[in-house]
Amino acid sequence: MTAERLFDLKSISKSFSKGKESIAIFEGLNMVIDKGDFVAIMGPSGSGKTTLLNMLGGVDKPTKGEILYAGKGIEKYSEGQLANWRAAHIGFIFQFYNLMPMLTAAKNVELPLLLKKMSSSQRKKSVAAALELVGLADRAKHKPDELSGGQQQRVAIARAIVSDPDLLLCDEPTGDLDRATATEILETLQLLNKDFGKTIVMVTHDPAAAKYAKRCVHLDKGEFVEKELVA
Amino acid sequence: MSDFYLIRKNLTRNKLRLSLNSFAIFIAFLLFGVLASLQAAFDAGVELSSEQRMIVTNKINFTQPMPLAYVNKVRAVEGVASVTHANWFGAYYQDPQKPLVGFAVDAESYLEVYEEFVLAPEQREAWFNNRIGIVVGDQMARTLGWKVGDRLPVSSSIFTQKDGSSVWEMEVMGIFTGNDEQFDTNYFLLHYKYFIETQSFGGDWIGWITIKTTDPALNDEVSKTIDAQFANSPAETKTTSEKQFSKAFVEQFGNIGLMITSIVGAAFFTILFIVGNSMALSVRERTNEIAVLKTIGFQAPRIFKMVLSESILLALLGGCLGLFVANVLVNGAAQAPQLRSMLPNLVLTDMVAFKALGLMLVLGLVTGILPAWRAMKLNTIDALNRR
Repeated sequence: MTAERLFDLKSISKSFSKGKESIAIFEGLNMVIDKGDFVAIMGPSGSGKTTLLNMLGGVDKPTKGEILYAGKGIEKYSEGQLANWRAAHIGFIFQFYNLMPMLTAAKNVELPLLLKKMSSSQRKKSVAAALELVGLADRAKHKPDELSGGQQQRVAIARAIVSDPDLLLCDEPTGDLDRATATEILETLQLLNKDFGKTIVMVTHDPAAAKYAKRCVHLDKGEFVEKELVA
Repeated sequence: MSDFYLIRKNLTRNKLRLSLNSFAIFIAFLLFGVLASLQAAFDAGVELSSEQRMIVTNKINFTQPMPLAYVNKVRAVEGVASVTHANWFGAYYQDPQKPLVGFAVDAESYLEVYEEFVLAPEQREAWFNNRIGIVVGDQMARTLGWKVGDRLPVSSSIFTQKDGSSVWEMEVMGIFTGNDEQFDTNYFLLHYKYFIETQSFGGDWIGWITIKTTDPALNDEVSKTIDAQFANSPAETKTTSEKQFSKAFVEQFGNIGLMITSIVGAAFFTILFIVGNSMALSVRERTNEIAVLKTIGFQAPRIFKMVLSESILLALLGGCLGLFVANVLVNGAAQAPQLRSMLPNLVLTDMVAFKALGLMLVLGLVTGILPAWRAMKLNTIDALNRR
């Protein structure tokens, strides 16, 4: 049985200008991501991992090429269309959690739901379910500075999944955590992939983290190298 | 949770900054509320002045007397419908430190010229027929506790009687109001005859003449004719519209409007920089959070509205507090007898409150527009990488 295709990156290039000089990050890159996939993207600093992730999330646009999401080229979308598309399909998890310091965990998780037409009680139910899933139901009323790094990242995961997106984009999600906490976070991501069918693309420097993915691609000198994962 | 919740949380996240900014805005609107109320009180007389009425005074200035004979000469001028005259009495009751406004007038012609004056017919008749009778404005009567039938020793700080006394016995024959709620009722009227026959200054002289023209379009012509008639006489005249006269009277105290505009302008100019800078700093501190909001799908115009709303909310918070305290102060000051006699219409009017609200909105918009624009245009990738 063939897996349903979620992303199809066709000959994408990205370059930026520095003075009069144009510097290419990558050129003619091709990549396919199927629904339910869990891809780890590794590579040295400056190889364009985060840039690629930003393109998948519609935050950045390629200089050339097409990014097809469910068959539609998102690189042609306007800023407003991309914002709507992100709200509907993408959940973001950042290295430094990026929670709003003045909001409680529950309110932080509720943020993406402000973009949906939902009643207050529906939102509360969704928030409670997301926090329950990441094991932080009892920390709902705590503010970020009252939580540990691992707990903050769990809140960030709950925020990413609360609106039930198809795809989770994780930029170094364990980069700021100790090994034990990192393992907990990676297990949570694995659970979301296996049990809830979420497609996950994770940028990481850590080979141990990459092992939680189904496959790992190595981005180096503007090219992909698929690597074998040792479980 | 709603956008408003986020706006409120952002506004209150730094309590010290919120307090200092609100305080700066509070002071500006406190000044505005008090000073604009003062200006409105000064202008109230000017606003209520009739287009059809003109005032004839001595050309030197309005405190200099003119002969009573001028009244009939003015009456004969073409275009003049009715004429009356008045003298400043310089009154006080018991306490010389609390002056009262009182005019010695020709009762019948005065009521004919001042049609907005409301007095019960029986009180009007009683006043006409009592030489020592006075009619008192409703506000003055309430302040001093005077009522119809009271016999009062009213003093003058300027004039004395022929027997050397400065106290005149007067009897309250009526309480008047006006047909407009802004009509000043903080004064009293006594009979010119009683005043002129008892005072020691001598002669048949008057303070000023008030005329009503048959048509406001004739005002210019009438004023020229009157002033020409008395040119090269010992008491030359100056005839102006009642509005101009009231304005000139107010401007004795200085250019109130310019003073108020200067003070309020300086205050607003200063807070514009303080609050504007503070808002810009506050948004810059939140660059990362704004980038996250945009990343998860908040549209740029929505971010713009949120930042702008925050700055408007701040202006409304400080401004409304300032306006509230200004109202308390103005109401308190309006109870002071000296101020009440000088500025009977001292109150923070709805118009002042609306103007203040308008200014709050402008302040919020001006201080918030640049930070809001920057937030809207924020490059998400740069902002997320800035950490």
